[in-house]
Amino acid sequence: MFSVGLTSAAYIAASILFILSLGGLSNQESAKRAIWYGIAGMALAVVATVFGPGVHNILLILVAVAAGGFAGYYVAGRVQMTEMPQLVAALHSFVGLAAVFIGLNADLMLGYVLDLKAQLMLMANMAPEAFVWPPGPLGGAVFTTPEALALMERADELTGFGKKLLVKDAVEIAILKVEVFLGIFIGAVTFTGSVVAFGKLAGRLDGKPTQLPGGHMLNAGALAAALILGLLYFNGAGIWTMVLVTLIAGFIGWHLIMGIGGADMPVVVSMLNSYSGWAAAAIGFTLGNDLLIVTGALVGSSGAILSYIMCKAMNRKFVNVILGGFGGASGPQMAVEGEQVAIDADGVANLLNEADSVVIVPGYGMAVAQAQQSVSELVRKLRAKGKKVRFAIHPVAGRLPGHMNVLLAEAKVPYDIVLEMDEINDDFPDTDVAIVIGSNDIVNPAAQDDPNSPIAGMPVLEVWKAKNVIVSKRGQGTGYSGIENPLFFKENTRMFYGDAKASLDTLLPKID
Amino acid sequence: MKIGAPKEVHEGEARVAITPESAGHLQKLGHEVFVETGAGAAAGFSDDAYRAAGVEVMKTAPALFKMVDVVAKVRPPTETEARRLTRDQTLISFFYPSSNEKLMETVKARGATAIAMDMVPRISRAQKMDALSSMANIAGYRAVIEAGNNFGRFFTGQVTAAGKVPPAKVLVIGAGVAGLAAIGTSTSLGAITYAFDVRPEVAEQIESMGAEFVFLEFDASELPDGAATGGYAPPSSPEFQAKQLAKFREMAPDIDIVICTALIPNRPAPVLWTEDMVKAMKPGSVIIDLAAERGGNCELTVPDERIVTDNGVTIIGYTDFPSRMAAQSSTLYGNNIRHMLADLTPGKDGTIVHDMDDDVIRGATVTREGEITWPPPPPKVAAIAVQTREKPKVPTAEEKRASEIAAFKTQTRSQVTMLAVGAALLLLVGIWAPASFMQHFIVFALACFVGFQVIWGVSHALHTPLMAVTNAISGIIIVGALLQIGSGNWLVVILSFVAVLISSINIVGGFLVTRRMLAMFQKS
Repeated sequence: MFSVGLTSAAYIAASILFILSLGGLSNQESAKRAIWYGIAGMALAVVATVFGPGVHNILLILVAVAAGGFAGYYVAGRVQMTEMPQLVAALHSFVGLAAVFIGLNADLMLGYVLDLKAQLMLMANMAPEAFVWPPGPLGGAVFTTPEALALMERADELTGFGKKLLVKDAVEIAILKVEVFLGIFIGAVTFTGSVVAFGKLAGRLDGKPTQLPGGHMLNAGALAAALILGLLYFNGAGIWTMVLVTLIAGFIGWHLIMGIGGADMPVVVSMLNSYSGWAAAAIGFTLGNDLLIVTGALVGSSGAILSYIMCKAMNRKFVNVILGGFGGASGPQMAVEGEQVAIDADGVANLLNEADSVVIVPGYGMAVAQAQQSVSELVRKLRAKGKKVRFAIHPVAGRLPGHMNVLLAEAKVPYDIVLEMDEINDDFPDTDVAIVIGSNDIVNPAAQDDPNSPIAGMPVLEVWKAKNVIVSKRGQGTGYSGIENPLFFKENTRMFYGDAKASLDTLLPKID
Repeated sequence: MKIGAPKEVHEGEARVAITPESAGHLQKLGHEVFVETGAGAAAGFSDDAYRAAGVEVMKTAPALFKMVDVVAKVRPPTETEARRLTRDQTLISFFYPSSNEKLMETVKARGATAIAMDMVPRISRAQKMDALSSMANIAGYRAVIEAGNNFGRFFTGQVTAAGKVPPAKVLVIGAGVAGLAAIGTSTSLGAITYAFDVRPEVAEQIESMGAEFVFLEFDASELPDGAATGGYAPPSSPEFQAKQLAKFREMAPDIDIVICTALIPNRPAPVLWTEDMVKAMKPGSVIIDLAAERGGNCELTVPDERIVTDNGVTIIGYTDFPSRMAAQSSTLYGNNIRHMLADLTPGKDGTIVHDMDDDVIRGATVTREGEITWPPPPPKVAAIAVQTREKPKVPTAEEKRASEIAAFKTQTRSQVTMLAVGAALLLLVGIWAPASFMQHFIVFALACFVGFQVIWGVSHALHTPLMAVTNAISGIIIVGALLQIGSGNWLVVILSFVAVLISSINIVGGFLVTRRMLAMFQKS
């Protein structure tokens, strides 16, 4: 058994390891070491807690950890890299759900402990304020009756958390209730929100924004109801208020994310990431556990920063994204002139064989078609011929921040030819061929040319400045946002219709 | 439409405007093609070769002129030829409108449309019909060959059993199309090649062809900017010219072959190789003056003649270099012509649409419907390019400093405001909350700070692993459940059991998947 001091020391070490683990992600090489810091920190924290003071039912813990660990191992080993957004969303929902459970537990235990305390006080004929734990010669009452001794034994058997509750005074209990409320509320929003995000990303739910009649008024109403229930709870109403808050918050999470379109999912997923952190931090306050607070705050700020970066990349306001839908056009959009000119595999092969520098712009379409291996093969062939091939990644390409990087890494594309928007945007005029694979809005020139476009002002990859642009696309339809893309009608653009993987596979043998 | 090429009447002109090969392409555009008998004979294309390509061979020039709608020629038409043109006919040929005003009047009077191949604007789109460039390329090549023919030694240096041969030293003046072609030919023959041009920006092109750029010590601001004059070198200042001549004078005794290609459109050729330089050269040296038609870059050049000076320097002033390689130049010129006709036949249906809104066609048209349309307005394309190429305003040092100070001030202001607001909030909380809460709150606030600082440093490419790892770490919530699972209340036990279970999924799944992802990132 570890003492309190030893446990605290382990927690400090774990916090530092977590910080190092996040900081190590600043580049690819140190990241490989950083992940081990995270694992070590987590192992340390769990072991120190399990063997720390006031933890019982070790057998149950072992069973739960083993089952959960096995499930996690299985899922992590099986998941396709293209399914990463879904997986991340699903994992968020677990944190949310756990936060809800722990919050409810906290309230249950609070009731139990308060009851115990009241009985003890009654026997000692003392006001609850004068209660001191553990009772000793310096203060408090010494009990001798058998009933009192039985009660004392029960109090002794309390978990570490229960003992902390025992010594809390009235103000602290009021604060605890606020914390419980916050933990449960954020946890429930995270849970249902993540489940919906998972459904949308996995394609099991329609990606289009849908809302119940009433829209955001409904959310506001639900929020007001939750606050009223919270006030009731602070003033002594029972646990039923918290169960209701769970349900209402769950509704808000579900309804909020249902109202957000699939293209905004990068923001949503990072936002939920942030929420899961804040939920953990709130639970940390409830339990008075600094490790939970630190870790929750780290995760929370990480998610917040990611959301900020994503919003900036789309030139959208965070509130705007969360409330769903685009800001709406402020005037008639520019009409698109010209026609889309198709090209076949031979034509593309000719262009590529003659090109010296090629830039590939992948998007979600590449992930959907699972075309990353073919893309990688194409790059390998072109590079073997001494051509300069690079990738341009828009911050919101895909459905998760950094999604494209992971897919390309999976297909063994070296990361030093995968560049960010700011690094490569100026190079397009010197590029012979730009290949756009399954991306649409992030290469839409309307963002710069048409002030009335819904995406006006969004930073985009300026592929149209390349000498030739090849767009691999399934059909003539518009992208996720439903905006017409003038790029497809430009004079130097050729449309390479068809499934990205199938098109590339017909193209590959023709590159020599 | 019917397109025909007469036999060139200018003496010594061996080129022809349509070759059997380009005739095939013209037919694909929907045109019928005619040539005068013997038109291609001097360039090596027999009448039979034309017939084999489906071209109708006409007996005489007047018959051809009568038959066709478009006359394609190489040299500007003679008076006789010009008079044969009719109202509906189009003439495509070199025209040199600035020095052929009388001819322009004649064509105008006949009402015919004339397209001057030498007036095609120098824009990217029109490169395929830029006959001046294609002919200059040939002239540059031929100049070196001609020099070799008159030069008594090897180009390349050799060490043989019979003795050592030094390599020839070639100086190319003017690095336009002809100059660059000459440089390429000369270096590939093995000569040591020097090249000079007044535009410093072509130094790179010169060096890429394997020659050495002759540098002049000169203040950069005084140098002419070729970009403003359609890619041609503009006239240079007297000081610059003096420096340039001094440099040449210094080089003259050492140089074996000089190839002059310096020409500025519509101006007499600048004199760059003076008599004293010629005198300073070694006997047996050769000067090829491609600018002879405009007076020559060399003071002693006699147009169309080969002369030998008293000190044994051969000076060649031929003006018909492309014609001396008639097969090659006809092929390229024929292609230029057919590209021009392809632009004139947008529908590929044999109908000529003379679109005066098209920059290239407008620029090349010198007479149309009884009007002289020369000189053309500046092309639209260039105008747009100039607008977009607007140089970003370079802020002065003071402006930069001022904006830096302003940015610093606003940053300070926003940071101070945020700190003040944050401190006020903390104080508010501190008034109400008990000490135990504040302890945790300090930890929370610091952790948020550390989080913000650390996450900004995360590389963009690793955002997905970041999410996965934060996900795994947020599984730390397991600690909360562990602290509760020992409770005596069965409901608490069940709930915390589930919580431990799902957060373990999170921890193990999150870390493993991150590891998998990170292992995939490889450097090339």
